[in-house]
Amino acid sequence: MVVFDKPKALTDVPFHYCPGCTHGIVHRLVAEVIDEMGIEGETVGIASVGCSVFSYNYFSCDMIQAPHGRAPAVATGVKRSHPDNFVFTYQGDGDLAAIGTAETVHVGARGENITVIFINNCIYGMTGGQMAPTTLLGQVTTTSPYGRKKEIQGNPIKVCEMVSTLDGTAYAERVAVDCVKNVRAAKKAIRKAFEVQKNKQGFSLVEVLSTCPTNWGLAPEQALEWLRENMMSHYPLGVYKDITKEAKDNE
Amino acid sequence: MSNILLAGFGGQGILFAGKQIVLAGMRQDKYVSWLPSYGPEMRGGTCNCSVIVEDEPIGSPLVTTPDVLLAFNAPSFDKFESTVVKGGMLFTDSSLVNKKGTREDISYFYIPATELANENGLTGMANVIMLGYIVKKTGLFDEEYFKESLNAGIPAHKAHLAEVNKKALEIGFGYEG
Amino acid sequence: MGEKMLMKGNEVIGEAAIRSGCRYFFGYPITPQTELSEYLAKKMPKVGGLCLQAESEVSAINMVLGCTASGERAFTSSSSPGISLKSEGVSYIIGSDLPCVIVNVQRGGPGLGGIQPAQSDYLQATKALGHGDQHFIVLAPAYVQEIATLMGEAFDLADIYRTPVMLLADGALGQMMEPVDFESKKERVLPEKTWAACGHGNKREHNIVNSLYISPEVLEQTVLDRYERYKMIEENEVQYDEYMTEDAEICIVAYGITARIAKTAVKAAREKGIKAGLFRPITLWPYPKKELAALADKVSKFLVVEMNMGQMVDDVKVATDCRRPVEFFGRTGGVIPTPNEILAKIEEMNGGAK
Repeated sequence: MVVFDKPKALTDVPFHYCPGCTHGIVHRLVAEVIDEMGIEGETVGIASVGCSVFSYNYFSCDMIQAPHGRAPAVATGVKRSHPDNFVFTYQGDGDLAAIGTAETVHVGARGENITVIFINNCIYGMTGGQMAPTTLLGQVTTTSPYGRKKEIQGNPIKVCEMVSTLDGTAYAERVAVDCVKNVRAAKKAIRKAFEVQKNKQGFSLVEVLSTCPTNWGLAPEQALEWLRENMMSHYPLGVYKDITKEAKDNE
Repeated sequence: MSNILLAGFGGQGILFAGKQIVLAGMRQDKYVSWLPSYGPEMRGGTCNCSVIVEDEPIGSPLVTTPDVLLAFNAPSFDKFESTVVKGGMLFTDSSLVNKKGTREDISYFYIPATELANENGLTGMANVIMLGYIVKKTGLFDEEYFKESLNAGIPAHKAHLAEVNKKALEIGFGYEG
Repeated sequence: MGEKMLMKGNEVIGEAAIRSGCRYFFGYPITPQTELSEYLAKKMPKVGGLCLQAESEVSAINMVLGCTASGERAFTSSSSPGISLKSEGVSYIIGSDLPCVIVNVQRGGPGLGGIQPAQSDYLQATKALGHGDQHFIVLAPAYVQEIATLMGEAFDLADIYRTPVMLLADGALGQMMEPVDFESKKERVLPEKTWAACGHGNKREHNIVNSLYISPEVLEQTVLDRYERYKMIEENEVQYDEYMTEDAEICIVAYGITARIAKTAVKAAREKGIKAGLFRPITLWPYPKKELAALADKVSKFLVVEMNMGQMVDDVKVATDCRRPVEFFGRTGGVIPTPNEILAKIEEMNGGAK
């Protein structure tokens, strides 16, 4: 009896990700949600620029690869012409919170009925470990070799907090994939975001605290430990906005 | 007489007046073009409009040497008087432009359009009075035809304008300065 | 012939797009083409379409990318500085073999430049708007009526060849009004968009719309295939117009608004007994090379007239293999040349005013 199988919403193409990278986990969670909701045929995914660019080869739904930072704009074009499709973007921190900040803010402001899966690992992975907009103060990267200093490189951006201020944002939650319990919570959040989209309630974003063992220079297990010790204090887990809950509370 | 330059302040109805000439020409199956100056000064700034009515396809839509010039304010009079072709016509609102032309090779037509508008309860319609005067003096269009053409463009919910337009046009048609 | 309507060039762009079945416009306001957005903002909702004001030119072109990738006709519009911002998106659209229409109502540059009419984006449009080996079709209308015709053609060409098509106009054409008749356009057979990423409905393999090819050999082959299509475009889609070229000695080469001004100058030159003519490329890419080469057998001199510093001169030299002298007259920065200025240049080339 098979107790653990590949989700249908993932193709047979092997992932190219580094050992210990958490992209694989998040891909799987998204695919499981698509399977469980039975929506693969109606889903269009938008791949961004970064390590996850090849996600167009991994998801079995229709996929579009967007220019760097522009995935939310591309998703807008798809969703506005196909309002009954499910549209999600899968973006890293450089893509979403640096070069694509305007696009991110404005999909929220417009309340585009799409779902953003945001992978925050505090570093640029694909280009080899440069400082990201989410890199922590003091964190050493190849472009902050003496540690990120706010006087020089500025402060890390808290995306969930930021998008929660936008009226069009229906749901924003920060999760992590560092342990079984949190992985389960992450899946629940992704499912919730897709449900919000299904009910046409507005913009949903799930920020996933992730690891980059290769560019952090840590073993996979140490990387998970580093995530817990350093990232979670600056980027606290939790639901930042949930209009479905607010509506319930007001009843 | 087909290259017309209308110039004045924004808000005087220069573009509207130009459009009426072009519409009247189009309804007679003539070749017409209308090119406005455009820019940040939407109201109160300088404004002009090149209008061409021709029997053959129009080349340059920009009128740089007009057969007919409407100088609706003093700066336009100063700026464009010299550009009018020999034998051309210069129209001006003598209630706004306190000048007399000095060229001997063109004809000048003075009408106190703004004053006439105010006296007749047609404030803001000096441009239509001016149109009537220009149409009459140039012979560009038959007077009755132009009246019909002007009213053809009025939407049903603004039907009351037809009467006012007619009154303003007739003042222009009838003015002898 | 339908009923003639008096409309601004910018509005005609919008109306022609709607009549071509396009229901999605994404843009950002910029002078002198803003009337287009305003027109579509009014009209699109009435035909079940969408006119969305994006947060930037960059977002607007990427909304077009998403919309066309999902199989719908979509277009965007801007003026010179905004087109520079769209260049990244256009390169991705080309790399993903997607159809779309881009309108550039040109103004003076570089930088913020000015807001008056110009043709100084000729090289940008015809040579390399974005990065990478590429071409796209560039249509240059000279009359408001021609905007209507070419805008309708643009969507068909885009769909047939899976390429962006640019309508390259200028501030004067955008702002001016002329009578327009939205005549029925050439019927073309359009291919089915089997590549569209709009949800596979569990009925086919997943579609991937993508411009990334990590293997050089694969990318090279993709580019080669695309250039085969470009060859077809060059063979089949060249458009141009000629005026009094049969016996011309001095032949003006001009496009867009400048061509019609030059036409007035040609007429004036003929009245003075100078054998002048006008060759007007309507497609700036593909460029009417063969036709110009044939003209070089007949005429003695070429005069390129543009509202820029001579950006098309080299194209005429290359097309004619430099067999005849190619001179240039232009105004730039938003200044529109007058027929008299062009006539003076023709007279100078003819050995001075007589």
